[in-house]
Amino acid sequence: MMWEAVVQPFADFGFMRRALLGCVAISVGATPVGVFLMLRRMSLTGDAMAHAILPGAAVGYLVAGLSLGAMTIGGLVAGMAVALLAGYVSRATVLREDASLAAFYLISLAVGVLIVSMRGSNVDLMHVLFGTVLALDDAALVLLCSIASLSVLTLAALFRPLVLECADPQFLRSVSGLSAMTHFTFLALVVLNLVGGFHALGTLMAVGIMILPAAAARFWAAQIGSLTAVAVGIALISCVGGLLLSYHFSLPSGPAIILGAGVVYAISVVLGPVGSLAARVAVRRHLEV
Amino acid sequence: MITRRVLLKSTAAVAALTVLAPALAASDGPIRVVATFSILGDMVSRIGGEHVAVTTLVGPDGDTHVYRPTPADARAVSEADILVVNGLGFEGWLDRLVESAEFGGVRVVATAGIDPITFEDGHGDDHAGGHGDEHDEHDEHDEHDEHDEHDEHHAHDHGAFDPHAWQSLRHAVTYVDNVTMALAIASPESASTFYRNRALYVAEIEALDAEIHRLLAEVPDSARTIVTSHDAFQYFGRDYGLTFTAPQGLSTESEASAKDVVRLIELIRSQGIRAVFLENIADPRLLKRIADETGATIGGTLYPGALSGPEGPAPTYLDMMRHNARTIAQALAP
Repeated sequence: MMWEAVVQPFADFGFMRRALLGCVAISVGATPVGVFLMLRRMSLTGDAMAHAILPGAAVGYLVAGLSLGAMTIGGLVAGMAVALLAGYVSRATVLREDASLAAFYLISLAVGVLIVSMRGSNVDLMHVLFGTVLALDDAALVLLCSIASLSVLTLAALFRPLVLECADPQFLRSVSGLSAMTHFTFLALVVLNLVGGFHALGTLMAVGIMILPAAAARFWAAQIGSLTAVAVGIALISCVGGLLLSYHFSLPSGPAIILGAGVVYAISVVLGPVGSLAARVAVRRHLEV
Repeated sequence: MITRRVLLKSTAAVAALTVLAPALAASDGPIRVVATFSILGDMVSRIGGEHVAVTTLVGPDGDTHVYRPTPADARAVSEADILVVNGLGFEGWLDRLVESAEFGGVRVVATAGIDPITFEDGHGDDHAGGHGDEHDEHDEHDEHDEHDEHDEHHAHDHGAFDPHAWQSLRHAVTYVDNVTMALAIASPESASTFYRNRALYVAEIEALDAEIHRLLAEVPDSARTIVTSHDAFQYFGRDYGLTFTAPQGLSTESEASAKDVVRLIELIRSQGIRAVFLENIADPRLLKRIADETGATIGGTLYPGALSGPEGPAPTYLDMMRHNARTIAQALAP
C-alpha cells in the first residue's frame, strides 16, 4: 500500500524520477543559500533577484529561442548586473542595500517588459520562461546538478566569513578584506540558484524552495549546521510530497511543492521546539511555576 | 442549403438596413475592421478584398488565450466600424477592451450559428474565468438576431463550449457567412463583391474539406488517436473521425499535473500511439519529455489557433488547415 503510493510512481515513470532528481538538486543547492539569506535578513532579496532574472531570461529567449544556454546566460547576466550595481551603490553611497536593490530590480524588470513588448511576440513568454518540473531534459538536469554542486562547494569554502557576515558584518569588514568578496560571491550564488530553479520550477517558485524551508527550519534548530540540515530535509520532504500530490490528485506540480513547504512552515510556526508559539507558551509556564 | 438561406436572409437584411439605418452605411473609405486573431483577419481580408482595412489584434504565432491588449489595439478598436470576434469565450480579455476603447461599431460573433462542442467535465474548470464573458457574447448574439433572424443552436443551459471551432472547415463556412453578412450590411454598395469573394472562398474551403477527407481516410482505424500539447483540435477530430488528447487542459493557461502526464503516457503505451505533435504556441518541452518516455516520435508542428508568419507553412487559414492535415496524415500513415 505504502509502496504503491510512494515508490511506484517513481519506479514506473522516468519523468517522475527526473523531477525527483531535479528537486533534490534544487533542495541541496538552493536551500542552504536560503538559510544564509534568512540569517542575513535578506529573505526578500531572493524575491527581488528573481524578478531581476526574469527579463534577462526573456531576452535570451527572444534572441535564441527556447535554448537552455541562452536563457541561463541571459538570466545570469541580468541577475549579476543588478546584484553588483545594487551592492556597489549601497557600499559607496548613503543608500541602503534594500532601497538600491529595489531600484535596480525594478529598472531591470521594466527594461525586460519593454524589450519583450517591442519585439511584439505574443507567445506566452511566461509559459516558456516558467519551466515545469515534469519536463526536465538531460541538459536541464546536468545544469541543475552542476549548480547545486558548485553552490555547496562555494558555501563550504566561504563558510566562516559568511557566518561572520551574518553575526557581525562590521567586525568582518574591520579585520578582513574578504567582506566585499564574500558578499558578492554570495549574491552570485543566489542568482545562480535562482536561474537553475527557474528552469525547473519557474522563477517565483524557485524563490519559494529557497526561502520557505529555511524559515521553517528556524523553529527546529538553533545552530547553523543543524539549521541547514533541517532546511534541506524539509525541502526534500516538500518536493517528494508535492510530486506525489501532483501524481495522485492531479495538482500542478510546482505550486504543490511550494505549498507542501508552506504547510511545513505553518506547522513549524505553531509547534516547532525553538522559538515557536508552543515553545513560547512552554517557557512562560516554566517561569510562572 | 445553409448558404442559400443565409444569402437570402442577409440580402433581406441588407435591404432592410439600407432603409432603417442609413447611418450604418459606410463613408467613402474602406470599412475599418478589427479581427481579434490572425485566422479571422485572414478570412476578413479574403472576403473584403480592397474594400476593407483589416487590423488583427493577436498576430501570427500569438496565443489568443493569454493575450494582453496594448493601447494601439484599443485605438484600432475605438476607430473600427466592425469588430470580428470568435466568441464562445475564446477572447476572455475582449469585453474590457471593448469597454475601455468605447467601441461604437458592430460586433460580429463568427461562431454564431455553429454547432459547438461542449467541454467534457475536467476540462471545463480551465475556462471558469471565461464564462462571464461568454454570456455577454450570447447577449450580443441576441442583439444580432434582431437584424437577421438567424436560427441559433446555442444552448444556454450548457456549461462551456470549446471555442476552437475554426478547426472545422464546415464551421469555417459559417464564419465566412457571418463576416460576409456584416460587411455587406456595413457597405451595401460593395455587397456584390463581398458575395462574389465569399462564393469563391467557400468553394475553396469545400474543396479542401473533401481533400482532407480523402487524405485522412487512408489512416488505419488503429492509429486514429493523436496527442497534441494543447487541446484545440476537437472540431477537427469530430469532422474527420480522429481522437485528440492533450496533457494540458483546454487553455494554455493551466499547468499540467503529474497525473495528467501519467494518464497520457499510459494512453500512448496502451494504444500504441506512434506520434505526438507539437504546436506553435505551447511549451514544447513537456511533449518532448513524453515522447522520450514512450518512444513515440515527434510528428511535426501543428497550428491550432494562430497562423504562421508569411514564410512559415501556414500563412493563411486554408494553408494552415492543409498543413495540419498533411502533417497528421504523414505521421499516421502506415
